[in-house]
Amino acid sequence: MSPAQPKLTARSVTLDALWYSNPIFRQILGICSTLAVTNLVLNTLVMCSALTIVTGLSSWTVSLLRTIMPRNIRMMVETLIMAFYVIIVDIALRAYWPEMSRNLGPFVGLIITNCILMGRSEAFAISNPPGISLLDGLASGAGYSAVLLLISLVRELLGMGTLLGMPMPFFAGPHWDKWIIMVMPPGAFFMLAVAIWILRSLGTTAAEKKA
Amino acid sequence: MNLSHEFGSALVVCFAAIFTGNILLTTFLGMCSFLSVSREVKTAVGLGTAVVFVMTCTTILNWAMYWLVLVPLQIEFYRFILFIIVIAAFVQFIEMVIERYSPPLYYSLGIFLPLITVNCAILGAALFMVIRKYTFIETIGYGFGSGAGWMLAIVAMAGIRQKLAVNRIPQGLQGPGITLIIAGLMALGFIGFTGVLQAQ
Repeated sequence: MSPAQPKLTARSVTLDALWYSNPIFRQILGICSTLAVTNLVLNTLVMCSALTIVTGLSSWTVSLLRTIMPRNIRMMVETLIMAFYVIIVDIALRAYWPEMSRNLGPFVGLIITNCILMGRSEAFAISNPPGISLLDGLASGAGYSAVLLLISLVRELLGMGTLLGMPMPFFAGPHWDKWIIMVMPPGAFFMLAVAIWILRSLGTTAAEKKA
Repeated sequence: MNLSHEFGSALVVCFAAIFTGNILLTTFLGMCSFLSVSREVKTAVGLGTAVVFVMTCTTILNWAMYWLVLVPLQIEFYRFILFIIVIAAFVQFIEMVIERYSPPLYYSLGIFLPLITVNCAILGAALFMVIRKYTFIETIGYGFGSGAGWMLAIVAMAGIRQKLAVNRIPQGLQGPGITLIIAGLMALGFIGFTGVLQAQ
């Protein structure tokens, strides 16, 4: 949040979280726990919605408690709040969608250490009212999910020739050699680098135009 | 399962964690510190050493806590909170011990210890250890191997990035962009190890 905008409107907060300080290509935060599941769009979708929900709700809770939380143990309290929501998500997923829970493996639990959660709590929720913190958390999660979904779309399409498990017209055909490397780990590194490259270049040209 | 067989499998798990299933290059855990602390070999070695040590010890501690406390009480779903607390408490404890008994070590490693609490690789290793149902001895091998694999990756990356500092890179690709591409190439290289070992 730049100091030039003292007035926090819902619009400015959302825009800021989605674009100007997008967690992935601006701050390079929190790619650890989610990049591994971007080889399939469906997994990414589930993982990202889980992350968005947890970020929003924990920002909201941290903001509610911000006045009564002792300052020196706030990190511990914040972590416990996040762990609480992650446990709920994990249990719900295991109960209603055990197959997906197995696919995601440890990565649901790893949402706890995702830097975005702590980042939003520390940078925003700790000093802002609950409503807008919830919005900020959800928007940060959405900005993050957007980039990862983009990555997963390309990876699944090129690597498997499918989208959401359904074969795509051109890419599933016999004349398309599947780029197996895209569904393997190096593909994620390359795609993320390319996504950051493109989005950052777009961002700089926009900033130059503005100036 | 007899003991020598178990040591054998621990060795396999350890090598698999370093090479074929490198925690950084195949599951992307610990990326944040990997991207930000890989500018110099010296600091990378410092952080890497700290990670190896903390990861080995905390996976062992977490193994004991999980199988000896949570499972008998049937409260496995508390494992996230428990693992986080064990890791944070261990790092805090080690920091105090090092500060008290070895100031030089504290000055070289101390600054990295708080960073490690939020390193996803540490929690990730604990969660993988639970999901793959490693035995105690395998856990030791896995914890050490994961840490060593992470260290290998970050030190190699720091070496490359030091050379890279003099090169001209497109503006949008500077910093994290080019680091990710190099990491991708490294991951590609590590895929070559697949097939050397068939564990997991």
